[in-house]
Amino acid sequence: MNFQFPDLGPVMPEIFMTCLALILLLVDLITKKKEVVAVLSIIGVAIVAFTMIGSHGMTFGGMFISDGYSSFFKLIFFINVIISVLISIKYISVEKVNLGEYYCLIITSTLGMMIMASAADLIVLYLGLELMALSTYVLAGFIRHDIKSNEAALKYFLLGAFSSAFLLYGISIIYGLTGTTDIKAIGLYISENGLTGNLALSLSMVLFAVAFGFKIAAAPFHMWAPDTYEGAPTSITAFMSVGPKAAGFAVLGRVFMIAFASMKIEWASVLIPLAILSMGVGNVVALAQTNIKRMLAYSSVAHVGYALVGFIAANNEGLTSMMNYMLIYAFMNLGAFAVIIMLRTEGFKGDNIYDYEGLSKNHPLLAALMLIFMFSLTGIPPTAGFMGKLYVFMSAINAGYTWLVIVAVVFSAISAYFYLRIVMLMYMKEPKIDVAISKSGTLGVALGVTALAVLAIGVYPSFLLDIVWAAIKGF
Amino acid sequence: MEQVIMNNLPYPILSTIIFLPVVGALVLLIISRSQETLTKWVALIFAVATFLCSLPLFINFDKTTYKMQFVERYDWISMWNIKYFLGVDGISVLMVLLTTISSILCILISWNAIKMKVKEFYISILLTCGAIAGVFASLDLFLFYIFWEAMLIPMYLIIGVWGGPNRIYATLKFILYTLVGSLLMLVGIIFLYFLAGKTFDILELTTKTYPYNVQFWLFWAFFAAFAVKVPMFPVHTWLPDAHTEAPTAGSVILAAILIKMGAYGFLRFSIPLFPDAAKAMIPAMLTLSVIAIIYAALVCLIQKDLKRLIAYSSVSHMGFITLGIFALNTQGIEGGILQMINHGVVTGALFMCVGVIYDRTHTRKIADYGGLATHMPTYAAFFMVFTLAAVGLPGTNGFIGEFLTLLGGFTRSKLAGVLACTGVIVGAAYMLLLYQQVFFTKVNEKVIGLPDMDLREMVALVPLIILVFWIGFYPVQFLDFMHPTVQHLLERVNMSDMQEVNIAKTIMEVIR
Repeated sequence: MNFQFPDLGPVMPEIFMTCLALILLLVDLITKKKEVVAVLSIIGVAIVAFTMIGSHGMTFGGMFISDGYSSFFKLIFFINVIISVLISIKYISVEKVNLGEYYCLIITSTLGMMIMASAADLIVLYLGLELMALSTYVLAGFIRHDIKSNEAALKYFLLGAFSSAFLLYGISIIYGLTGTTDIKAIGLYISENGLTGNLALSLSMVLFAVAFGFKIAAAPFHMWAPDTYEGAPTSITAFMSVGPKAAGFAVLGRVFMIAFASMKIEWASVLIPLAILSMGVGNVVALAQTNIKRMLAYSSVAHVGYALVGFIAANNEGLTSMMNYMLIYAFMNLGAFAVIIMLRTEGFKGDNIYDYEGLSKNHPLLAALMLIFMFSLTGIPPTAGFMGKLYVFMSAINAGYTWLVIVAVVFSAISAYFYLRIVMLMYMKEPKIDVAISKSGTLGVALGVTALAVLAIGVYPSFLLDIVWAAIKGF
Repeated sequence: MEQVIMNNLPYPILSTIIFLPVVGALVLLIISRSQETLTKWVALIFAVATFLCSLPLFINFDKTTYKMQFVERYDWISMWNIKYFLGVDGISVLMVLLTTISSILCILISWNAIKMKVKEFYISILLTCGAIAGVFASLDLFLFYIFWEAMLIPMYLIIGVWGGPNRIYATLKFILYTLVGSLLMLVGIIFLYFLAGKTFDILELTTKTYPYNVQFWLFWAFFAAFAVKVPMFPVHTWLPDAHTEAPTAGSVILAAILIKMGAYGFLRFSIPLFPDAAKAMIPAMLTLSVIAIIYAALVCLIQKDLKRLIAYSSVSHMGFITLGIFALNTQGIEGGILQMINHGVVTGALFMCVGVIYDRTHTRKIADYGGLATHMPTYAAFFMVFTLAAVGLPGTNGFIGEFLTLLGGFTRSKLAGVLACTGVIVGAAYMLLLYQQVFFTKVNEKVIGLPDMDLREMVALVPLIILVFWIGFYPVQFLDFMHPTVQHLLERVNMSDMQEVNIAKTIMEVIR
């Protein structure tokens, strides 16, 4: 037998990431200062990011692909992991769970996401998804002494397991129909054999939509999100609200745009109700929330809806608008969570929206930053959130979905109410209690970077657009 | 032929007008919170500097052409063909000037009134004025939208943080109304962008013709945004709340420049972009205008709150403006534009006057006043001038503007003209009644011993008095600015008719 060793070039970032996770475990054993592990993980991720340069290609018999598309999503994952670690350092010691495994799990979860983004085969996709999900389940329940955190992990695990089952079911049907799990080959087989109208194939596509819907927390598969987001450690909520979502969109894009390329009309008609429901449920239910983490959970459901509106256009423009939106969403959402974490101090939870009353009086800078993130999440210029929404709406209108965009803008106007309520509480109420904030240099860095990115992209989005379009070349 | 005249001043005048206040806001950001006097002076200096920079607009403006002047054009987001494209013509030049004047007056009038979060207040004022100047100067639809929305953020804070007791309700209502309208316009803007072959350039967009049914829907999408801002009946209800609860400077910004953005939007976008739809909608628009004029004037008669009364009178006066604009003839549109300036001057001044007295008594109830003329004679004189200007007495600016809009309205539809005239009568009634109740009749105990206006307050109001009489006696100087632009606009509106006529002529000739 002629065994050829696979080309490791394309998979180099993943190999480095794996090594990083193992090194962190070892370092954790020999050092008492967990901050070292944190710093090491940031440096490690930065190195991994460098190995991505020139790693383009296919390997493992076409099961694994590294292209512009996957690199772009990996960029989001790296931003996500670095900012999440930055906001964690102080926070997990306040929560009394300052353990080294925490960072190791964040890295393995990110590794899972990277594998998902690069999966050219449904089996690899599943492997990546499980690696990501299992690490995140543990992270969600990381505050072992807090019953809510446990609940969060359990809910996330049970519903996540369900969604994995759906995914496997979808994969098995498609394997039965086409005899392959290679994403490109599936697409070719479907178009060559005219399977487009096949009922079993449609069922499989719906199962994929359900499974990915769980991962990206699109309504009506969002039920786990509010409880999990509320109960999980805030830094992990931030991490979860961006990473797994972006990874979910990455596989959604690859599977639906390539494997189901010839059934775009069918899957668009499945995703449209998901998008509308997500925007509707997310924005309307968020109005009634008094816990800010819960509110942002519903808001994240709504943002999935916006990103889906772009993706439904089912062309390169739609795909890029969705990718663009995920990156912008990463910055503004992580920024908002960084502010929330800042309010968490010893003996003070700071996750009720009324804790923000009069924040501008005692902490004007923090309030101003939160104001930027809230206006960005609402989508008001000159912030990045507006540019993201604009591009999504543009691609949907160009594809003929003007009515869907009208629905989206109506919900977007509703969302102004609950985002601006935070601004209202911060600026237009008198402080009832003197809220202390946890001062930490790394948190400051995270806040500075995210706020700067939100404003810079809002004023000059050209460079981001260029990156996104370059990323999908040859997709 | 190039449609624009590039800016040939030594500095980019329009960018300066927009971004000098922003720079001022950044400077304020680094001033220590305790240095309140310094904060005010810095804000004032930046506002005055902006105004001085804007003066060449008035002096160097070429009144013989409809072309865009002082133009600056750079690529901004090349992938979407978005440009940083600024310029002014006869419609916008006076609005930009009004904006730069208003920002100075807003700062002067707030000098002692704002006691908390002083720094944030002046930052918000400067940012609002910069953004509004951007709205009037943008020639790229996308850039326009950015300024249009960006203005909301500081304005939301101005009303909500420094406003009256019911401020949170008012500011929320303001922002939700505006946002719904703006977002519908955004859908329209994107649709238009693809329809016109991916361009946001307003000059390019206005040279194209679009099918009528598309024009119809786009007209209403843009209408949603502009009508809320004007505000037109029946989406006017946010304005009385916002005006009443806003601090004096906020009311002045709202009255003088912010609500002009809506009327300006009709002139700059709705009419030239969708001329056929605009013509078809004349009856609807005139009806809404007349309802606003009469209904709001009647509501004024029963108001017990000074600011609320002036707020409703704003709705009524804005009705005259939309009446003039949608009369779609020279007098109507020129009167409408002039009335935009007039209303900015007069209503802005009235709100400032109310602010002067409110700073002393902290009440806005009309019943709390009476006999002020004996205790504050100077103040009474100032208020008198603005009252008469609001009523439209000949010799004041209000007369010229109202007369022209009514003339335009009458030419377009006799019924609308006649009905609108009744609004003038009711207008005189409520303003004079107000003046009588506040300044004459029995002296109210609460006003005894109030100090008369000080120098700062007079300095803030004198420029507006000058404008009242300048426009009142010599309106030609201001109307000259608009003539070519308005003519050009009307040509554009009537062009589609002429095309039809020409086609009809050709067909007739062929038949012969």
